[in-house]
Amino acid sequence: MTQKDQYKVHKEPFYQAQGNEVALFEAAYRNRLPVMVKGPTGCGKSRFVEYMAWKLGKPLITVACNEDMTASDLVGRYLLDASGTRWLDGPLTTAARMGAICYLDEIVEARQDTTVVIHPLTDHRRVLPLDKKGELIEAHPDFQLVISYNPGYQSLMKDLKQSTKQRFTGFDFDYPEAALEAIILAKETGLDEAASAQLVKIAQIARNLKGHGLDEGISTRLLVYAAALIKDGVSAQDACRMALVRPITDDADIRETLDHAIDATFA
Amino acid sequence: MMSEAETETPYQHPLMKAYWAQIDTHFKPVEDVFEDVMAEALVILTRDGLNAYLEAARVIGKLGRGAEPMLAFMEEWPSAAAVLGEEALAEIMAVVMRMQKSPNSRAITPFLQTLAPVARRLHSQELMRDYLDITLNFMERTTGSIHGHHTTFPSPGLPDFFVQAPFLLAQLSLVGLKNWVEYGIRNYRSHPERQRDYFTVQSADSRAVLQRERHGTLFMDVERKLDLYLHGLWQTSEQLVPYSTAFDDLRKPVPYYDKLGLRIPDVYDDAGEGFHRVAGIDRYRATLAHMVGHQRWTKPLIADNWSPFQRMAVEFFEDCRIDTLLIREYPGLKRIFLSLHPKPAEAACDPETTSCLRHRMAMLSRALLDPNHGYRDANLLSFVERFHDLLAGGESNTRDIATLALSYVTKTRRQSDQYAKVHFADTEVDYRDDNRQMWVFIEDSDDEEMFEKEKKRTPSEEQKGLPPRHYPEWDYKSLTYRPDWVSLYEVLHPKGNPTDIDRLLEKHSALAKRLKRILDLLKPQDKVRIRYQEEGSELDLDIAIRSLIDFKAGAQPDPRINMSHRTDGRDIAVMLLLDLSESLNEKALGSDQTILELSQEAVTLLAWAVEQLGDAFAIAGFHSNTRHDVRYLHIKGYGERWDDDPKARLAAIEAAYSTRMGAAMRHAGHYLGARQADKKLLLILTDGQPADIDVPDERTLIEDARRAVTELDRAGIFSYCINLDPKADEYVADIFGNQYTVVDNIERLPEKLPELFLALTK
Repeated sequence: MTQKDQYKVHKEPFYQAQGNEVALFEAAYRNRLPVMVKGPTGCGKSRFVEYMAWKLGKPLITVACNEDMTASDLVGRYLLDASGTRWLDGPLTTAARMGAICYLDEIVEARQDTTVVIHPLTDHRRVLPLDKKGELIEAHPDFQLVISYNPGYQSLMKDLKQSTKQRFTGFDFDYPEAALEAIILAKETGLDEAASAQLVKIAQIARNLKGHGLDEGISTRLLVYAAALIKDGVSAQDACRMALVRPITDDADIRETLDHAIDATFA
Repeated sequence: MMSEAETETPYQHPLMKAYWAQIDTHFKPVEDVFEDVMAEALVILTRDGLNAYLEAARVIGKLGRGAEPMLAFMEEWPSAAAVLGEEALAEIMAVVMRMQKSPNSRAITPFLQTLAPVARRLHSQELMRDYLDITLNFMERTTGSIHGHHTTFPSPGLPDFFVQAPFLLAQLSLVGLKNWVEYGIRNYRSHPERQRDYFTVQSADSRAVLQRERHGTLFMDVERKLDLYLHGLWQTSEQLVPYSTAFDDLRKPVPYYDKLGLRIPDVYDDAGEGFHRVAGIDRYRATLAHMVGHQRWTKPLIADNWSPFQRMAVEFFEDCRIDTLLIREYPGLKRIFLSLHPKPAEAACDPETTSCLRHRMAMLSRALLDPNHGYRDANLLSFVERFHDLLAGGESNTRDIATLALSYVTKTRRQSDQYAKVHFADTEVDYRDDNRQMWVFIEDSDDEEMFEKEKKRTPSEEQKGLPPRHYPEWDYKSLTYRPDWVSLYEVLHPKGNPTDIDRLLEKHSALAKRLKRILDLLKPQDKVRIRYQEEGSELDLDIAIRSLIDFKAGAQPDPRINMSHRTDGRDIAVMLLLDLSESLNEKALGSDQTILELSQEAVTLLAWAVEQLGDAFAIAGFHSNTRHDVRYLHIKGYGERWDDDPKARLAAIEAAYSTRMGAAMRHAGHYLGARQADKKLLLILTDGQPADIDVPDERTLIEDARRAVTELDRAGIFSYCINLDPKADEYVADIFGNQYTVVDNIERLPEKLPELFLALTK
């Protein structure tokens, strides 16, 4: 298996389009425009990127960003070796060489000075200078950069620089409409649609509480977990408590309100 | 001397005559009712019980307190005995004798008068014993004494307490009653007038403590949950306004809503038993859901042409429509609604003598919600069906439901519906509101109470400053809070001349220079290099080469050859709280400046230093003149820069009154708590222990301040005390643990304070 195959998405991931985002992404890819995917956690951003990589038949290299990440974690670094030092490409460099889609997940988590290294790759130059190595990489014609971020817990500290933002085309994602979300749940897990609809209802209650003590509502991903538990024979109430309520809050009042919502919904 | 003929009673029955002889009394009022009370006693009491009863009555009659206590006892005891059992009499009599022997014999009558209602509340001999213990304890502790062990003055509050006892027990559990009494004794033992106010439930804190001790789910405890409930499940953010249920016995208030918000009771007890048990919070939720349902689905109707009966029927039908729609939304509400909804027995009301309309409507309402209602009335069944048909296709609407309701009234009307005697039992659905929003009156009607007219707001006198904030105070003796005990007024400190402060800074320019050097070191440096990392962002060349040399030389190389960076920011919010009490006007030891002046200089330097660092910083002063007037003087806020305005305020600080520290700390904590910062620091600069002129026990305010420190700590606020009192060691550790410094040489305060601050935040 070549290195390229290793990064290929081999099986079609299930993705339910909410609008015309698939066509738009394809258009962006044809023109090799960098793409930014925004939306709350667990709404399907990563799944969408994975699906597009599969659909376009391109390898996908994903980097989960964090605040300790530095430029060399993206670009590459020297390692010690028996014969001295040896250069190791970082994921961004690998993607640029191989012609993969490089997906930087939760980009705002990385510090602003780190994200600046992507700048030369995201405009007309499409090059990546490796200053430590003294090399200038021309990006492969298939290379594309995709970033995602969650504007939900955006604070003053965690925002993208304007100069970074303005290099991307953007998609706004949100949790799907109730009916569509129920269908997604049913398709993803095989749970019947009535139960799926009830799960979605609870999720929406939690989403209404966003900003009243909840930073983020219940995500589609958590709903999938709950549905999987129910499918496995766990009672609906228990599954909801375990998968939907306990993970998202430590606030006793909110927990109790959501517990009540569960009891009221699954009578 | 009385003649034989006068004392001779006209009782014909020899047995009655014997009983009369047994109680051996001449009281005319007793004689008047003797036959009636005996008739009741004979039914309830056993033979032995009757003898004991008569004997006890005789003893009470001979106490020398007139006819009243005897009369009260004879009337009350039989029904009390029915609940408690006859054996309880001995204990009651023991209490009566204790009162008789103390100066409190005046309380015997109210004690006996309320015996029966109290017994009905308590329902068991054990609980009665607890109640008697509480009263005896109360009596002993409030009975005044002058000569040591001789008690000479009666307890001022005891008679009032007995009068209130049935009401209190309706609101409180015995434990709650005990706490309530305890609070009253502790705080008003030495103040007869206030004690009476407290035990007649007149004074504000009597009511506040009562409210706190009530059984059931208190609104104030669940307010946030209910807000979340409305937000989450119903997407509304209505204001919730509680009304009191404790002091309104005659007219039981019912939930309602208007422009100002949803009005709900301040407390709900749990209701029902077993499967039908509904917790207080769920009763709140049911009530709110019902009102929200009305807001969503009910369109007001014009009521002028309808009779009260017709309107009542429409209300019942509409309420059921709302409940049905609510249950459609959340099926789990059904259990709660049905558990709270009464289930009137079909034959409970006799239509020949009583107006049964309410009963019929309640049955119908039950049947509309509960498929297993089990009623067999043909009309009822057919209307249940019509109701469900109407709602099968959708939400229906108020108008169609009203039409259905009117035809039900017409169909089932009886002559007896007009009777004055109305069947009320089991017809009230207590989670439903009073439906006042359902009706629009074009003309003022006169057949029913009209709901409150909108009052014209008279422009009240202009308010000066902010309204007071109330803070609780910790009572270390009982380990409870005194609710809303302290009134704190926040005001902007008057201004002086800002150049005075600049001059102070010039005076200390040498010190400032020295501080500046420390400050530069402290200034946040964005990046700090961390070396010797096995995993890191960059190769640390020096180490790497050394390792490589080791490696080539055949030695074990150090694998930690990378380095990484860490950002090192400073995110601190600081609040400096200045004690501005009278004692600051004293001259500092060995100095010709007052403590106030030295504090001013110190604060000037500190503020300058913090400004250099760029930390969020606020300054406030406080002093107090009894618990009703704690002043919190705003000097610098977080949003203000250290420029002329705050400087002018600092220049004008003056010292007066006393030091009620706890409330000021709580208020400062209220501001600090709202800051977004990693570290929150509350600095308190004081020259003495917390004290106030209305607190004789000096521990009280010390313990309260200590409690405030704990509260702040729990809120993530670090409190630190800079104390200028040479005798501070006696108390400061009690309050602040080890978070304090005593500055002995006050003259050096201006340099100590900034240094302390820097050391704390390094």
